[in-house]
This record gives sequence, structure tokens and C-alpha cells, in this order.
Amino acid sequence: MTKTKDIRLMKGNEAFAEGIIRAGCDGYFGYPITPQSEVLEYLSAQKTKERTGMVVLQAESEIASIHMVYGGAACGKRVVTSSSSPGISLMQEGFSYLAGTELPCLLMNVVRGGPGLGTIQPSQSDYFQTVKGGGHGDYKMIVLAPASVQEMYDFTKLGFDLAFKYRIQVMILSDGAIGQMMEKVELDKQLPRLTDEEIIKKYPWATTGKTADRERNIITSLDLNPAKQEIMNRKLQAKFKRVEENEVRFENIHCDDAEYIFVAYGSSARVCEKAVQLGRAKGIKVGLLRLITLFPFPYEEVARLSKQVEGILTIEMSAGQMVEDVRLGANGAVRVEHYGRLGGIIPAPEEVLNVLEETFIKTKTYA
Amino acid sequence: MTEEIIIAGFGGQGILSMGKILAYAGIMQDKEVSWFPSYGPEMRGGTANVTVIISDERISSPILNQFDTAIILNQQSMDKFESAVKKGGLLIYDPNGITRHPVRTDIDIYTVDAAYESSRMKSSKVFNMIVLGAFLKIKPLIDPEHMHQGLEKCLPSRHHGLIIENEKAIEKGKEIILPKYLMN
Repeated sequence: MTKTKDIRLMKGNEAFAEGIIRAGCDGYFGYPITPQSEVLEYLSAQKTKERTGMVVLQAESEIASIHMVYGGAACGKRVVTSSSSPGISLMQEGFSYLAGTELPCLLMNVVRGGPGLGTIQPSQSDYFQTVKGGGHGDYKMIVLAPASVQEMYDFTKLGFDLAFKYRIQVMILSDGAIGQMMEKVELDKQLPRLTDEEIIKKYPWATTGKTADRERNIITSLDLNPAKQEIMNRKLQAKFKRVEENEVRFENIHCDDAEYIFVAYGSSARVCEKAVQLGRAKGIKVGLLRLITLFPFPYEEVARLSKQVEGILTIEMSAGQMVEDVRLGANGAVRVEHYGRLGGIIPAPEEVLNVLEETFIKTKTYA
Repeated sequence: MTEEIIIAGFGGQGILSMGKILAYAGIMQDKEVSWFPSYGPEMRGGTANVTVIISDERISSPILNQFDTAIILNQQSMDKFESAVKKGGLLIYDPNGITRHPVRTDIDIYTVDAAYESSRMKSSKVFNMIVLGAFLKIKPLIDPEHMHQGLEKCLPSRHHGLIIENEKAIEKGKEIILPKYLMN
């Protein structure tokens, strides 16, 4: 029997929406905002209630959306919300509570330029907010950075898997370019949603399925006893450490013989991939370290490459956020510079290659 | 083979759809494709453009500022993208509404009278397919069979009756494209 692949041309936002349905999502709660409105539009058009029984609800606000996620996650359900930068800012309190209660969920931010309402054009200026916190308290979320429409799709299943493996929040940090562009996507077959019986068996912490022979499960981040609260925090930190040890993901593109490397993620990484091709055509030994997980950050890989190369240029559509982690990884072993465009402008491949040449090659002094 | 194309004009001319049909037809022909639009307020009546890449290899950047082909459908886009065509590249434009014609001598320039022709065909909606046909005449990247499949994928099934009309428009575009120096 020949198996024909299910290949479609989709926008990043649509691929994400199709991905959560196929990954067996139980509920999506969201509020529209450009440039991610296609998520809610697509889910609504799919009539998910008939297709898989999945609930899709337009909440009254982003704050409501994230707390609906909190409720669904507490029941052990696979729940999702998505938004764009200003909406994500509104959700930060919810993120912190989800972290404090160790509730698994999938989140997605199609980043647009800020601060404030900013612009609807692509940006990567939410790195600090996403990777370093955003909400209050000592917490981390797993942060996945898709660089293609296929990854917008693939990271939904991966995101759910990681979220439930560690009881952690997984954020897909996309941007306006990845959300809005269309590429080829290969789809997998539909995964079934878990039944309540399966949830009770797999997730004994969930509030679903209180039986007479067990205590009720309480989901709370509140404990006024500082000793207990410290134990809880230590437990969280141990979990983040396990994530750092096991879940680092990145892609090396022409790094083996590289004398200079770009470090980038998301749409900037695509621009850099082209710049690597242009640079190689000119005889410059340049490579790209593309980050796939932003937390956990591939510090060790940056450290390894720092000993090999003569210069690192980070490209990010921000004033310089990810560069701080690259410098931590390099730890002074090599010069690390940042180049970025702000306010929704995407740098061009020729532009970033030119910056690399100006920064490291044309200024080189020979003994 | 990698073909990097910008299609630019007014919102409402069917630019994004034309790019989508081309990209979907590319998938049908087993190519790698990307489609990157201008989005937001431009879609609501201002200028609109889309970058389409069709390639045999993995596509690096879907976002570009240099193109193998520019398909230009208004003056603002001419002002913006004439200089963005790579040396030796291709520029196709509809002279309707163009007051400053392209002047470069290091690229191939063609005209397609698509606005005029679509009004003659009494269907302004096939304007974009005439333009697409003109492009495919010069760069036959996609077979007619795969264009047909691309149209099937992009048009909702209730509109599949319109595919023939669109294919006629593509053929018309192939007929009426002219090198710029032949324009009087």
C-alpha cells in the first residue's frame, strides 16, 4: 500500500492551530491580536467540537484566556493559549501561577515590535520577558523558537510532550514573520484526546477523578510556611536543572570549519542562513548556530564554538537581549557582538553579512 | 534551481493570491516553496507585496531584498523594487498607470497589458492570472498540470468551475507578454 503524505501550504499560525488539534489538544482559549489572529480564525473554521471534541473559546480578554488555561491544566487537560506581545504581557501573572503550581500547558507568542502597542510587524524583543521571567518569582518556562512553518507545526506535539514530562509551561516563541508566512508543511495523523480515565491514570496530580479512596488534589502555589515554600522552590529549581541537562536543542549550519559564526533564532536565523550562503560564496568561512531552545540555553555549545572561532555576531530583532546569554556562554573566550533591527524591521541577508565583515574581518590587523 | 520573486502592487489586485497559487503549484511539482507577505494595514487598500521562493533545495531566508524576478503592478512598487532586481534578472510590469517606466539596462524588462486585457475579457478578477501567465512564459518553472493542481488547492471547491477561466487567463498572459523595447 502506498502512503501519500499529507502536505499543505500553510501560514505559520495555521500550522500551529492544526498542530494542536492533531496533537490531541482538549482546549484552546484566546483573544485575537495581529499578527496571530489566524490561530483563533483557523480553529473556529475547523469546527473542532465536531472534529475531535476540542473546546475553542474566544475569551473576553487575554487575562481570562490564561486563567482558563490554568483551570484546564489543573484538570490534567491539554490546553493552549496564544497571543502577540501586548497580549502576552497581560498574561504574565497567569504564567507565574502556572509555574508555581507546576501545571503543564502550551503557550505561543507571535512577537511583534514594542514597547507598548508598538507595531504589528515582526520583532524578537520579548526574549528577556520569555526566557528570564516576565512574571514574578523564581521560575523558568521551556522556550522553543521555531524558524519555519514546519516547526510551528512540529513544536506543538513536542511542546505538549515536554510540558507533561516535566509539569512545566512550554512557550513557543515565534514572530510575525514566521506566523504570517506560508511554507510547505507535512502533517501527521490525528492523535486521540485522552479520556478522563487515562488522565486519572497518567496524571495522579490532576483534579480530575476524585474517588472515595483518595484525598482530593489541591492545586495552589500558596504556602505561608517559609520552610515549606523553600522546599517547593528547591523542587522547582531541581526540575529546571533536569530540563537544562536533557532538553537543549540547537542546529549547527556550516560550523565545522567556521572562523566566524552568527548566533540567531527564529526568522533571524533564516536570514542568517542565507547570509552564510552568501558569505561562503565569497570565501568567508562563516557558520550559523541556530538556537531551537532558548531555555534551556545551549551555553556549552556556545562555549565550544567560542574556542574555535574568531568572532561571534548575534543577530536578533531587538536592541540586544539574547546576546547576553551568548556572552555568558562564550565567557570572554571570543569577541561577541550584537546587530539588530528594531520596530518591526527585518534585517536583510546582505546587511548582516556586511556587518560581520565590517565588525570582524575588515578591522582585522595583521602582525 | 532557486527562483526568488517579488510581486508588488495595490491591495486588491490579487497579488497575495497569485503568489499563493504559484507557491502551491510549486509544492505540486515537488519543489520547496515559501510565501512571505506584507501584512496589516497594507492589505486594506494600500500597497501590497509578497515574496515567493521556489527552489529544489531547502530555502534559507524567506525574507529578501534582492530578487531574480520582480513583477510590478503599480508606480510605488516600481519606485521601490526596480533597483532590487539582481543583475541579469527579470522585471515584468503592467504599463497601466505607470508614469515612470523602468530604465535599467542590465536586466530583462517585459510588459504585460493585463489590466487592459482583463477588462476586454470582462473579468477584472483574472487580472492576476494574466500576469502570472506572462511570468510563466518567460520562466516556465511550473508545468500546466501542476498549475491546475495549484488552482484546485487554492480555490474553494464551490469555485472550481472558475479554474478553466483562470487557466485561459494564464494562457492569455503567455500570449500578450512583450519585451519592453517593443512597447509603443
